[in-house]
Amino acid sequence: MKKAYIRPLDLRHGSVDLSHGGGGRAMAQLIADVFGRAFDNEWLRRGDDGAVLPAPAPGERLVVATDAHVVSPLFFPGGDIGCLAVHGTINDVAVMGARPLYLAAAFIIEEGFPLADLVRLVASMAAAAREAGVPVVTGDTKVVEKGKGDGLFIATTGVGALPAGCELSGAAARPGDAVIVSGTVGDHGMAIMAQRENLAFDAAIRSDTAALHGLAAVAVAAAPGLRLLRDPTRGGLAATLNEIAQQSAVGIVLDEAAIPVDPQVAAACEFLGLDPLNIANEGKLIAVCPAAEAEALVAALRGHPLGRRAARIGEVIADAHRFVQMKTAFGGRRMVDWLAGEQLPRIC
Amino acid sequence: MKYVDEFRDGAIARGLAAAIAREVEPGRRYAFMEFCGGHTHAISRYGVADLLPPAVRMVHGPGCPVCVLPIGRIDQAIRLALDAGATVCTYGDTLRVPASGGLSMLRARARGADIRMIYSAADALALARQAPQRQVVFFAIGFETTTPPTALVIREAARLGLTNFSVLCCHVLTPAAITAILESPEVRELGSVPLDGFIGPAHVSTVIGSRPYAHFAEEYRKPVVIAGFEPLDVMQAVRMLVRQVNEGRAEVENEFTRAVTADGNLKAQARVSEVFELRREFEWRGLGLVPYSALRIRAPFAAFDAEARFGLDYRPVPDHPSCECGAILRGVRSPVDCKLFGTVCTPETPMGSCMVSSEGACAAHYTYGRFRDIPLTAAP
Ligand code: SF4
Repeated sequence: MKKAYIRPLDLRHGSVDLSHGGGGRAMAQLIADVFGRAFDNEWLRRGDDGAVLPAPAPGERLVVATDAHVVSPLFFPGGDIGCLAVHGTINDVAVMGARPLYLAAAFIIEEGFPLADLVRLVASMAAAAREAGVPVVTGDTKVVEKGKGDGLFIATTGVGALPAGCELSGAAARPGDAVIVSGTVGDHGMAIMAQRENLAFDAAIRSDTAALHGLAAVAVAAAPGLRLLRDPTRGGLAATLNEIAQQSAVGIVLDEAAIPVDPQVAAACEFLGLDPLNIANEGKLIAVCPAAEAEALVAALRGHPLGRRAARIGEVIADAHRFVQMKTAFGGRRMVDWLAGEQLPRIC
Repeated sequence: MKYVDEFRDGAIARGLAAAIAREVEPGRRYAFMEFCGGHTHAISRYGVADLLPPAVRMVHGPGCPVCVLPIGRIDQAIRLALDAGATVCTYGDTLRVPASGGLSMLRARARGADIRMIYSAADALALARQAPQRQVVFFAIGFETTTPPTALVIREAARLGLTNFSVLCCHVLTPAAITAILESPEVRELGSVPLDGFIGPAHVSTVIGSRPYAHFAEEYRKPVVIAGFEPLDVMQAVRMLVRQVNEGRAEVENEFTRAVTADGNLKAQARVSEVFELRREFEWRGLGLVPYSALRIRAPFAAFDAEARFGLDYRPVPDHPSCECGAILRGVRSPVDCKLFGTVCTPETPMGSCMVSSEGACAAHYTYGRFRDIPLTAAP
């Protein structure tokens, strides 16, 4: 084909219009020039409707997880919706104890969205996927009319392989177990809210968005009796611990003084009247393991760059009401409940 | 920005707790009302009650802006949005307060009403400037702390000559509410709410100063200690109240000297009285009609008064018959006395306003304290 007969996309000043989702030449061009180029791999190059993948090793099982990302603003300190969409889904696969292998991605783009931003976000997404070693093997693009979407939504689905014998489950926590968190809580949600509310800080609060499969593998190796891993995203530590308490039919008692919180995040929470325990994370793990393995697990997590501030923050107790309680640093006790009502809008 | 850890130090708290325990007189019981929702929240969130001796009981007061808003006012805001097609902006918690007909502002929004959550009065004004074709109404609620910003946006709208901005003014006054409680039959005659003193508001007092409380100390012989919103502030205030009671004093004391003066913020007060005047009476949830307890917009600014612009009348609506919010706001009942608590009424499905804001007594107890009501039992 003669290159001259194709009008290249104006990636610098152009914007997405409805024709880019219309199934015609414009769409093919957008897919090839933006997505194909960034994610380039053997599966995408074939251009088929789906990706044909090898079967897992004998004894291994497949894990599938999916996650839709609607964060606003699209770019935030420490990341953007592109890398977030990769990390979020990889983490959902990783906390099952599985090795993430492949990603699928769907893009819903609002008419008028600047191509330059799209290119930037897709590049960030591709970089995150490459760094994690998890290729995006298939995808889909839809364009919606102006006003029907907020710039860009990205949904990703991840596939991973679960080794034989690995049985992590939210229902596995037992009274006496230790509760461990891999680092400071509330960073991601607060990075976004601080940006939205224009809070002034000496240094911007950065999202902790990161792919956690490396850290998860460390945890699995360090604690043979590991009951479960979770990534406390929306609703924060509080929501995830309540889910665990419900699933496992146990209570949990936290020690507030032991929970790591970045001082800037704490100050911003104070200002906005929020509790860091309710704020989303995108690069933290919660682990529950037998008390006897807790020390080794914390030490192992601390040895990984993403787990430096890992800490043992509480213990599982028998409680038919499945309450999550906390000994406050102040010396009292209170419950740590789910956040009621509308979550703070669109942080992941 | 700096974290305020020094006001939450566990070791200091234990020291203060021990001091209070030493100072309470044997056989004597002390009941103190924390007027403000901010204090209610701090007490629950930090578990302050666990540190106080059993002889000291904290009674929650009506100082939660969302909680005292009567249904009729929320109905007005919903009518503005649904019937008059206005864009109504308000602070977050207000959206979930149940209104008549099974509606709330949030549900009205789902029916197509243009209702927006904002963080400050200035956001509402900015919205009006951005959308000149829309009528933007700021549903202004709150005590003396939120009043100066509302006054400011009304003045600004007047300066700009905006014709599409108005305010549904539901600002209320703290001293009037305290009077209403002290004058209520339960406190005056029956003595069913033995109140030995008040923890006075933190932020409100930075605006109005400590002077307005002198009346309660003198007239009603009730000690008042103005306190900050940190848990150590609350404990220090309790200690000061215990001392006043023991010594038979009834004075206004100021624990929050780092922010509150006798006169308050005179500039803010001047700004408020330029724009607002007293309403003859105003309906409060729980307290009923309270004379001279709220503000309305003065005649020179009438163009920005949503009640005038849209010809709104006020129709009072009774609360849910089983909801005890009224009695709770007067300090007569506690959340667990309500038979709807935790079963029909939860933060997800609030039946009354006290279950909405985290400063509300029911929501605070549900979210932070309900484990206390039920003995801990092992899973079967
Ligand atoms: S529990 Fe609900 S219905 Fe009962 S008093 Fe509290 S808010 Fe009202």
